[in-house]
Amino acid sequence: MSALTDDTLPVTPRAMRDEMMVFAAMAVLLGLVPTTGIYPFFVMQALCFALLACAFNLLIGYGGLLSFGHAMFLGTAGYCSAHALKVWGLSPELGILVGVAGAAALSVITGFISIRRQGIYFSMITLALSQLLYFIYLQAPFTHGEDGIQGIPQGHLFGIFNLAQPTVLYYVVLAGFLGGFLLIYRTINSPFGEVLKAIRENEPRAISLGYKTDQYKLLAFILSGTIAGFAGSLKVFVAQNASLTDVHWTMSGEIVLMTLVGGLGTVFGPVVGAFVIIAMQQYLAGFGQWVTVIQGVIFVACVLTFRRGIIGEIAHYFRRSL
Amino acid sequence: MQALYAQLLVGLINGSFYALLSLGLAVIFGMLNIINFAHGALYMMGAFCAYFLLHLTGIGYWWALIIAPIVVGIFGMILERTMLQWLAGLDHLYGLLLTFGIALIVQGVFQNYFGSSGLPYAIPDYPEIGGFRGLQGGMNLGFMFLPVYRGWVVVFSLVVCIATWFLIEKTRLGAYLRAATENPTLVRAFGINVPRMITLTYGLGVGLAALAGVLSAPINQVRPLMGADLIIVVFAVVVIGGMGSIMGSIITGFALGVIEGLTKYFYPEASNTVVFVLMVLVLLVKPTGLTGRAA
Repeated sequence: MSALTDDTLPVTPRAMRDEMMVFAAMAVLLGLVPTTGIYPFFVMQALCFALLACAFNLLIGYGGLLSFGHAMFLGTAGYCSAHALKVWGLSPELGILVGVAGAAALSVITGFISIRRQGIYFSMITLALSQLLYFIYLQAPFTHGEDGIQGIPQGHLFGIFNLAQPTVLYYVVLAGFLGGFLLIYRTINSPFGEVLKAIRENEPRAISLGYKTDQYKLLAFILSGTIAGFAGSLKVFVAQNASLTDVHWTMSGEIVLMTLVGGLGTVFGPVVGAFVIIAMQQYLAGFGQWVTVIQGVIFVACVLTFRRGIIGEIAHYFRRSL
Repeated sequence: MQALYAQLLVGLINGSFYALLSLGLAVIFGMLNIINFAHGALYMMGAFCAYFLLHLTGIGYWWALIIAPIVVGIFGMILERTMLQWLAGLDHLYGLLLTFGIALIVQGVFQNYFGSSGLPYAIPDYPEIGGFRGLQGGMNLGFMFLPVYRGWVVVFSLVVCIATWFLIEKTRLGAYLRAATENPTLVRAFGINVPRMITLTYGLGVGLAALAGVLSAPINQVRPLMGADLIIVVFAVVVIGGMGSIMGSIITGFALGVIEGLTKYFYPEASNTVVFVLMVLVLLVKPTGLTGRAA
């Protein structure tokens, strides 16, 4: 069976240098966005999804685990943060903490259950678990069912930064995104990340080398779910609501699509994919259900002809790892 | 007690759909190594096919029961020939992603033209046998009132499931199929056209889904998203039962439907979630599923 990324290059100093240069360029470009007059709400939303897709990519691209339920972390962290901010009246930093803690707790439980099966079963289990959570949130009183939690106060982060100001909020979200991105980048280049790749390539061999692969997979799952939750908490400040759409399976599908378009198992692919898909949804918003059809077509086209994704193709062309 | 029996019957009906759909998934997975995410969309197409037959051409339920699975089955075989076959040798996950994309396309197109509301499809009122007009009305069994159509769905699904089991486990064709699942190269060496068998298998699995769609049309109405949530429940059924055994899929499907029906009676708040909760319990106790082999 061929692996998901058939031409992963070994991590070399040159690859690291390339990646850090691209990262610096990305940080500078994103930092300049408020001066260009681009609608900051759009970029903030895309950044939240980019971090979410990066967290998802940590599992599929480096652990070989396709989670079809990552929306549950987005939605759970969103609901927890929204509830903490609006009902408990906590400050933004504590609100984020509550959301991340909620997602982390959820990822411990769901990870423990879902890593008991491999491959295709893992995907089906994560999908079923997220659907279970969807029904729980649909009935639970604190989520307000179909209405969701609306009009969430943004407040002052650390008592200083007024998040109601779009520019301030933008830089806070950007800082959160870059921090999360670096954490993932550090993880995949650590000895832990190397073991994950070994498990992806050949799990029985990793076991025979003495690695307790279940522990590695569980830890990767928790890390991925927690960072996805962080993205969900940030999104609460941008969208000022938390609703059922964030827990629905269509959202999980969109996360998969973003990563697939950008390139599974590439460092920057999920970021590019998230911007492409969010931009597409923005421009095609008037076409109603045709957006779903177009997303389906992109799925089919990517799987049949474009499996490396945008960044994967570029990296392959230049024989670099990106 | 009346309500309990009624919920049991609803459970059996849902169980019939779970059984027909998980059976198709298992057959397809055996041959193609693909989890067919489009199964729910194809189930929906079966129901729409029956609806179109009735409203555009006047062809009624009984013919739709034959024609819809064939039409959707051919559609499925075209999908297999044009797309799925190119995934042979790639990671399983690509099959899931591709069929997920197909499901989005099919459901999106139907949603564009038919919105999200349900279209009614009447229970057939012919032929007249004895006091019954087709499958309309009901009969009093003494302990409960049985709507004829609902009884028909359960019995007919059971017959189709057992026929499929017989086809795969007891006939020569089924023996080829099982052999090709184990070792396609060797079976090809014996001069059997394995790619054609794969296409036909996909058509068979898809046809079963379409048949379930036709059966459900008079009960659940015809809606573009009727299969979208169902397929996720069926995935949980497949995780519980495992995909290694045909009979296992059938029994698990019906059993889970009944359990869901009982839950609706005793603790209705959990009726949406009971199958998923059972999945979690089974994974904790016996990770390989009740009948499955390690995947």
